Amino acid sequence: MNSKKTEISADYKKKNWLRRKETLQRAWYKFSANILSVVGLIIVIAVILLAVFAPWVAPHPDHAGAVVDFTATMQSPGAGNLMGTDGVGRDLLSRIIFGFRFSLMMGLVVIGLAAPPGIILGLIAGYYQGTKIDTAIMRFADIFLAVPPLILAMSITSVLSPNIFNAMLAVTLMWWPWYTRLVYGLASSLQNEYFVQSAEVMGASTPHILFKEILPNCISAIFTKITLDMGFVIIIGASLSFVGLGAQPPTPDLGTMVADGAKYMPDQWWLTIFPALAIVFVVLGFNLLGDGLRDVLAVEEV
Amino acid sequence: MVQEKKSLLKVNNLQKYFTTPQGIVKAVDDVSFAVAPGETLGLVGESGSGKTTAAFTIIGAYQPTDGSIYFQNKQISGKKRSRELKRNIQIVFQDPGSSLNPRQSVRQILTMPLKLHNVVPAAEIGNKIQELLELVELPRDFIHKHPLELGEGEKQSVAIARALSVNPSLIVLDEPTSALDVSMQAKIIKLLGNLQQEFNVAYIFITHDLSLMRNVASRVAIMYLGRICEIARAADFFQQPLHPYTRMLISSVPVVSEEEEALKPPHYTSQGEIPSPVNMPTGCGFHPRCPEKLDICDRQIPESLAIDNNRQVFCHLYRKDQEQKIADSTLRQE
Ligand SMILES: Nc1ncnc2c1ncn2[C@@H]1O[C@H](COP(=O)(O)OP(=O)(O)OP(=O)(O)O)[C@@H](O)[C@H]1O
Ligand SMILES: [Mg+2]
Repeated sequence: MNSKKTEISADYKKKNWLRRKETLQRAWYKFSANILSVVGLIIVIAVILLAVFAPWVAPHPDHAGAVVDFTATMQSPGAGNLMGTDGVGRDLLSRIIFGFRFSLMMGLVVIGLAAPPGIILGLIAGYYQGTKIDTAIMRFADIFLAVPPLILAMSITSVLSPNIFNAMLAVTLMWWPWYTRLVYGLASSLQNEYFVQSAEVMGASTPHILFKEILPNCISAIFTKITLDMGFVIIIGASLSFVGLGAQPPTPDLGTMVADGAKYMPDQWWLTIFPALAIVFVVLGFNLLGDGLRDVLAVEEV
Repeated sequence: MVQEKKSLLKVNNLQKYFTTPQGIVKAVDDVSFAVAPGETLGLVGESGSGKTTAAFTIIGAYQPTDGSIYFQNKQISGKKRSRELKRNIQIVFQDPGSSLNPRQSVRQILTMPLKLHNVVPAAEIGNKIQELLELVELPRDFIHKHPLELGEGEKQSVAIARALSVNPSLIVLDEPTSALDVSMQAKIIKLLGNLQQEFNVAYIFITHDLSLMRNVASRVAIMYLGRICEIARAADFFQQPLHPYTRMLISSVPVVSEEEEALKPPHYTSQGEIPSPVNMPTGCGFHPRCPEKLDICDRQIPESLAIDNNRQVFCHLYRKDQEQKIADSTLRQE
């Protein structure tokens, strides 16, 4: 009797796994139909791999820091240094690879800090749509949305001290309301669905309704937004660094590198062009991937 | 009344008004009825007559504007409902597509109520779910399915299993079959009947399809524009509808036999459209469409008139001074 039961259950598990596999295959089929999405995915994977394995793949890992090599300053791109060297003789390619690491970290930290509170506030405001709680949360979010992002970030980093931590803090402060808005829109329509009402009538707790009934239906939209936002946050981080309010030397930050290199334009063009291209590369990758995900997940919803 | 003592649910002068930009919508107005344990009360009315609003007020999703609701002889409206009460009154919604969370498996959907109300020990939840699926005539391995993989009828069966899982005494069924095709509809109705037999659960069966009531309900209440116009035992009701509106409804129901055809009141056809609930007619809501309108009908809202212990009609035609008319029409019928 008992053994029969476990047998049946194993069979179910197998079926369940097959079903998941099928869903994934279908999703991949749709996703890969758009070549740009695949390009985005490849770029993102490449950047992540480079960032994670930077110490092993960079030709001169030590050049990420404050190293000086006066025998090799300002070398143009060539066999020795694929992307040339900077004013103190550091290999630019190595610094860009470490720059990816830095950009990704910045994106992950900012979104990791901004998304959870933004999502929770959006869930609450959407669930209590039309009440004072809704108004309070959404007006509070509006205040942050009304401030131009770069200006807020600039004032924070200049009032406090201009370093990467404060830059991230600034970006986080202006980023959470976008998640609140996104989730608010979804949650306020989901709270009218019968399955939410059914849970209410059954006596389920508010946290259960918010996190088990409503949130799972927002996940794909949130995931898409996170992917797209990685690109935007990286751009903003780079902009802050570019104007000197973000990462400080010798941190290998792409924005700082562009800013430093600009002084040597056009003669030492590689100092500006390669880091700038690197930024474009990362941001483009995340945007293409995000768009692709949005298309696939939107279809899956139906 | 005899009925009062053994009633499970009693609704007295229930009102639910909505304030909208167009004005006040009297979605449910002065509605009273009772449901006995284990019986099925059919609540019938056209679209917009306030059936869903009445249902939502009974299950506690809406607070009534006025009136009272008694459940097992306790007043329950206007208060926070106890966990026990929330277990005891369940609902099955009109739209099976939206009543199951698309991101949850059948297992998750059914686990929540079982856990929340400690129906069985945690270790036995899986078995209990499979039992429930069997009860609603679904294969046991549906436990792993997601709503997207289910047909409309199967979804509705899962919704019924969910309502049943916590052993309620009353289930409100809001047009449970209106989204289903005819054969599925018959299956679900048979299933509901079997479950009622087995668990002695009472139903409030809401529908706009009067012909369904014949096989389903023991008593029927007819709603028109937020008000009840007639309550009767189903058998009496189909034999001899009293209110002009219900006669009109019955004359539009397809009939099976010649005898039934003969019983139909002659040439009852609807006149005009249903008035908007914001712009309610004065007096009886039905008077603009009523073929037997009296002078008083546009001035005074008809009171409840008890024809017998099991029958009420809200119509001026049957006022005391016109009792003769009832006698006459009864004679005619026989
Ligand atoms: N939340 C609300 N706010 C404003 N008006 C409402 C609301 N809910 C229902 N109404 C109005 O109340 C009236 C009754 O609606 P209700 O949904 O109860 O009717 P129903 O009998 O269930 O109709 P249907 O057969 O279409 O489901 C309608 O005129 C409707 O527009
Ligand atoms: Mg309805």
